[in-house]
Amino acid sequence: MAEPNYMQAVDWPYPVHYGKENEVGADVLVLGGGIAGCHAAINAARRGAKVAVVDKGAVIRSGLGGTGVDHWHLACTNPCSKITPEEMMGLVKGFGDYFYLEYGNGITCYITCKESYDALLDCEKMGVKVRDVDDEFVGAEFRDEKTKLMFAYDYENKFCIRVNGGADIKVALYNELKRLGVKIYDRVMATSLLTEGGKQGARVVGATGLNVRTGEFYIFKGKATVLSTGAPAGLWIFSTELAGAALFQEPNLTGEGTAMAWQAGADLTPMERSSSMLASGGLSYPMYGTGNAHNTWYACTIVDANGKEIPWIDRDGKVLKTVSERYRPAPGQKTFFYGRMAPSYEIWGPSLIPDLPERIMKGEFVLPLYADLPSMPKHERRAIWGLMIGHEGKTRIPIYDKYSKAGFDPDKDMLQVNVMPPDQYVFTAWWGSFGPRQWRTGGFCNGGGLVFDWDLKTSLEGLYVAGQSTYPGADHSVAACSGRYAGRKVAQYAQTAAEPVIERKQIDVEKARIYAPLKRRDGMGWKELRAGLCRIMQDYCGEYKNEETLEMGLRWLNSIRESEASTAYARNPHELARTLECLTHITVGEIVMHASLARKASNSALEFNRLDYPEKDPPEWNKLVTIRVENGDIKVGELSLNYWLLPPYAPTYEENYRKHSGL
Amino acid sequence: MEEKAYMVPNPMTPGQVIIIDPNLCNGCNTCVEVCRSDVLVPNPEKGKPPIVLYPDECWFGGCCVGHCPVPGAIRMEHPLNQRVGWKRKETGEYFRIGMKNPPPPNTRPPVG
Repeated sequence: MAEPNYMQAVDWPYPVHYGKENEVGADVLVLGGGIAGCHAAINAARRGAKVAVVDKGAVIRSGLGGTGVDHWHLACTNPCSKITPEEMMGLVKGFGDYFYLEYGNGITCYITCKESYDALLDCEKMGVKVRDVDDEFVGAEFRDEKTKLMFAYDYENKFCIRVNGGADIKVALYNELKRLGVKIYDRVMATSLLTEGGKQGARVVGATGLNVRTGEFYIFKGKATVLSTGAPAGLWIFSTELAGAALFQEPNLTGEGTAMAWQAGADLTPMERSSSMLASGGLSYPMYGTGNAHNTWYACTIVDANGKEIPWIDRDGKVLKTVSERYRPAPGQKTFFYGRMAPSYEIWGPSLIPDLPERIMKGEFVLPLYADLPSMPKHERRAIWGLMIGHEGKTRIPIYDKYSKAGFDPDKDMLQVNVMPPDQYVFTAWWGSFGPRQWRTGGFCNGGGLVFDWDLKTSLEGLYVAGQSTYPGADHSVAACSGRYAGRKVAQYAQTAAEPVIERKQIDVEKARIYAPLKRRDGMGWKELRAGLCRIMQDYCGEYKNEETLEMGLRWLNSIRESEASTAYARNPHELARTLECLTHITVGEIVMHASLARKASNSALEFNRLDYPEKDPPEWNKLVTIRVENGDIKVGELSLNYWLLPPYAPTYEENYRKHSGL
Repeated sequence: MEEKAYMVPNPMTPGQVIIIDPNLCNGCNTCVEVCRSDVLVPNPEKGKPPIVLYPDECWFGGCCVGHCPVPGAIRMEHPLNQRVGWKRKETGEYFRIGMKNPPPPNTRPPVG
């Protein structure tokens, strides 16, 4: 065998044309072709709009939802649901997400309650299997015999649907885009928004893009734009040795959408939110890939090293004797969400004993723990390992196929839970709990994003949002529903909007910016730069902050921008894109630090700790702080936590939805 | 005895995220086209297996494996620090991903 000569560079496999301009015109421009972007494009195209979708990866699989979905939340209008959208809104007081979070958004939450089931039916029409049509689960407690729909979590109220064909849902969306004649621009990273007259704060009329394979330049002109890019992730930890397989957020989500909206002058909120999130630990295992009892694994029996079962309890601490009870509300309770993570007792669900860490410490339970699938009832076992693990994101190939080929048999085998310090066992998504956290890992139901109204329109004319670009982000069904809704709204707007006019100077400035790293040879590579920027975020904008650390962080970021980042090199279009992501990282870091400076109070819902304002949740700060940039100055504003039900909007969800939904 | 040695950069970590069987791969580049992060690039020689150029950027979503038209031509490997184990309930035997002499594969397909 000939030894490869690693020192000799090989020609780039794609033709390279740095700076070559491609001009694309559309009625509707969709930036980010994930779940939200696809639904937006499909719904705009169905209303007659000429649509272009731009994606850094390949739309057939890109985005956080590109590898699948196994359960579909908030499907309140499905024929079996016992919870109406209005009732749901009464239960999820935080709105951020229907199971964890406060400081969320009632608009996207309500839209999802209203349209989640319709969005799923739409996917079914595109060829996605959503029911037990093969009758594999006949007789299962979670199956409705008439509709063959299957449900997760609350088997009595039936508003979360198990999707048994979700692994390939993105392929179905992609095919629908093709069928509708939507123009798809794969491997094009959007780098900036174009505004009327090139002015910050003016109407958005398009975007620029860089082809990450050829280096070509794109000028997209659109009467209306949907921003459906992923939220910034990986700002706090960068380690390819630890994160890759375990990373919940996909590595492409570096925050171009946030950065370009900021530079165009859009209002953002609450960018200071600094929660750690599901699968955020730097020492995580593959998602859903170790024994646990959360999410897709709900409500698996867990045993200790000696086979002793960890008790499940209801919200009042009563030990549940059967597996079936883990899927039922407590006596007198309307419904529940996952365990005790929900903000209020009202919707706390069955969970493993919350004092498990203490009881491990005392020796009552011996590590390692195991997920005892063999002891689960047949249908529940198959639903967890086969339906959920099999269709949820990043499970079909990395977990189901991989583990099956390695001989794992859920009928016989107990998957080990990763061994961690006992205090880590309090939260049940064990695969992802351990290690230094990704502070504000962003996006999935916890990040900041653009301020928007009942039309999903941002503070900028012509710019709409969906999916993770909304605050506080979105899961699969929120992404799908906000995408549908935004698609309708932009199609409507584009019908009467003026033709976009591009300011050439804005193009020239952007081209000079993005191609600069190609001219350098002896500076820093993107990986070292990225890791260094993460260090700044960890040190100066971490779990605890004060005025001094934040100001110091801004100083460091600016200094790096002037120095190391200005010498960073790129040797091919791929490295160029990764280097530009580092520049995005600096901008997003600055946004987060400015937002953190603007909130002069600690806030438990935002997991926001100001050492110089230690008092938690002073009432005068129970509000959203908005920020934007105007001619280099940071403009801080505020919004009520329920701004969507205050003037100029109507006082009820139903009325606002009726007026604005476009249905 | 004098052996041949080379000056080469250190191996990347993780470095073996995708393994392509050159005897099965038909060089169709489907995996290249579905990969979200360009971990794989086409081989300059047409019809040859793609090159795993950026293993350190892999998200381990498995799209390349899922879309491959030739069964077994491409496989995804979890990095060693991401491999897990399990215990057979009846016998107490312990297995792990990557072990020597693993148990026979479980051939039951997923639901759907």
